[in-house]
Amino acid sequence: MTAAPVVEGVDLTRHYRVGRGIFTASADLKALRGASFSLPAGRTLAVVGESGCGKSTLARLVTLIEPPTSGQLLLDGIDATAADKAVLKTLRRTVQIVFQDPYGSLNPRRKVGAILEEPLAINTRMSPAERARAARDMMARVGLRPEYYDRYPHMFSGGQRQRIAIARALMLRPKLVVLDEPVSALDVSIQAQVLNLLVDLQEEFDLAYLFISHDLSVVRHFADEVMVMYLGRAVEQGPRDVVFESPQHPYTRALLSSTPVADPALRGEKIKLTGELPSPTDPPSGCAFNPRCPYAYERCRTDPPELKPSHGRQVACHAVAEGRLEEMQAPKPVF
Amino acid sequence: MSETTNNPPRIAPPHPLREFWEYFSENRGAVVGLLVIVIITLLAVTADLVAPHPPNEQYRDALLRPPFWQDGGSFLYPLGTDAVGRDMLSRIIHGARYSLMIGALVVTLSLAAGVSLGLVAAFFRGPVEIGIMRAMDVMLALPSLLLAIVVVAILGPSLVNAMFAIAIVYLPHFVRLTRASAISELSRDYVTASRVAGAGLLRLMLITVLPNCMAPLVVQATLGFSSAILDAAALGFLGLGAQPPTPEWGTLLAEAREFVLRAWWVVTFPGLAILITVLAFNLMGDGLRDALDPKLKR
Repeated sequence: MTAAPVVEGVDLTRHYRVGRGIFTASADLKALRGASFSLPAGRTLAVVGESGCGKSTLARLVTLIEPPTSGQLLLDGIDATAADKAVLKTLRRTVQIVFQDPYGSLNPRRKVGAILEEPLAINTRMSPAERARAARDMMARVGLRPEYYDRYPHMFSGGQRQRIAIARALMLRPKLVVLDEPVSALDVSIQAQVLNLLVDLQEEFDLAYLFISHDLSVVRHFADEVMVMYLGRAVEQGPRDVVFESPQHPYTRALLSSTPVADPALRGEKIKLTGELPSPTDPPSGCAFNPRCPYAYERCRTDPPELKPSHGRQVACHAVAEGRLEEMQAPKPVF
Repeated sequence: MSETTNNPPRIAPPHPLREFWEYFSENRGAVVGLLVIVIITLLAVTADLVAPHPPNEQYRDALLRPPFWQDGGSFLYPLGTDAVGRDMLSRIIHGARYSLMIGALVVTLSLAAGVSLGLVAAFFRGPVEIGIMRAMDVMLALPSLLLAIVVVAILGPSLVNAMFAIAIVYLPHFVRLTRASAISELSRDYVTASRVAGAGLLRLMLITVLPNCMAPLVVQATLGFSSAILDAAALGFLGLGAQPPTPEWGTLLAEAREFVLRAWWVVTFPGLAILITVLAFNLMGDGLRDALDPKLKR
């Protein structure tokens, strides 16, 4: 598919100022230190990484909840970072979000119908009867019974609530839906149902998904492209099969080797990383991964690596670029 | 609920009011409180019909008559008369009007102002919030009755000014409560979802966040109702609230001060009226807190 990208991020960064008490100067928390990606309609880009790597910050930037500190965000070809209020209002309709926690993402005081109709009431001039019809249609599409229309969120299970949240995100017919760990709060059996629903909806509405997750087996099942992040930066980025079959970056290798595999015969050797994720207020010089990397050498400590094409994907690693790493086969998870 | 669990999709959701009543009626004290409040409200509304005498009619041949069960008492004046021969029962019944009005107006005023200020403080963090909250801290630092006296002294003694004064005294409680719960609600995902859907500031404040902050505010409002009656009585007793011959309960107490030793009934009955009303509101407030707290729901 070579359609124009629905969303394109160019070197997005986001810094937060954090106070550290009265006697020390406040510091910049560099939550996102430059992420670039582009995503056409109907495709899924998965963003993976451990907690604190900037996944959720990226989601907040793309959904226009926060402006980026620098960089460009193009939605539907329009630069959202330079847009005025009126343009932003229309751009908002093209991006919606589904949150991780279905218990916190629905207003407990409003009925399902009112929750679904709110985006329409704000953004369209539809009459109440038309809004109610649209809400009921959408409920049918996500597999909710029409009589749920008059119920409150606390009467539903986690999976049903997540269906409501998905329906709400789709009410405005967005082109891009940010899925911020949409299934990690659900039971495994429910996860599969919700993921299948998401796949069906993607086909039906030609949606682009920005799928944020730390669950690699879900990503492998669901994504077209994968972006592995470490401390606010992409370290490896490419088509799912390429990345999962032969991970290049040492961090990706460690991440993939830590995925639980059901069949002991297929288990590979686990790569154990030592140390902790460094503080994003004071990232290490050079490659951010160098204090924990088994292949780090002099250059890694001073010279930050750029994303470079390698074996069909982009990798930011000096060792990979210089061909010092042996090929590694990732264990295949069994579904 | 046991027969409904067999067939989950068919659960008829209990109406919110019905569910509320189920939890509320579990608390006996709260139901008694509600009953007393209903009776007092009915008496206040129908005072002209129920009271045996006009409240300000002076019966010069019946000064300081004791209540009917004592020697010298009669059913003509069931709870006795005061020093100028006015029927105590009629004055207390008419006084209920003033006390309930004071409670309702004070709570409405400070609730409306407090909720607005609290929401503004929660939504506009930074200098606005600091300005509002420090002003509230200053008001909380003064003893409440003293602050009310200062306000009345500035505005001049009258029942209306006393109500304003008490409303100002109770403002900080509502502001703090609203701000605290609004801030905790603001960090939740459903508010972000509303924002992503394009909700404006007023919509976020009034439709998304405020309804979720209402439980503690309702409780504070009922408790504030009783404190307002009490404070109005205190101001009345000090001569800064309702002016004679208004039969407001605190003023009744103040007028009867010099007869305490000779005629116990002139202070006892207005005092009991205040006590019972305040107690009823506190009991009901307790029950409301239990019924509205989602953590106590099963």
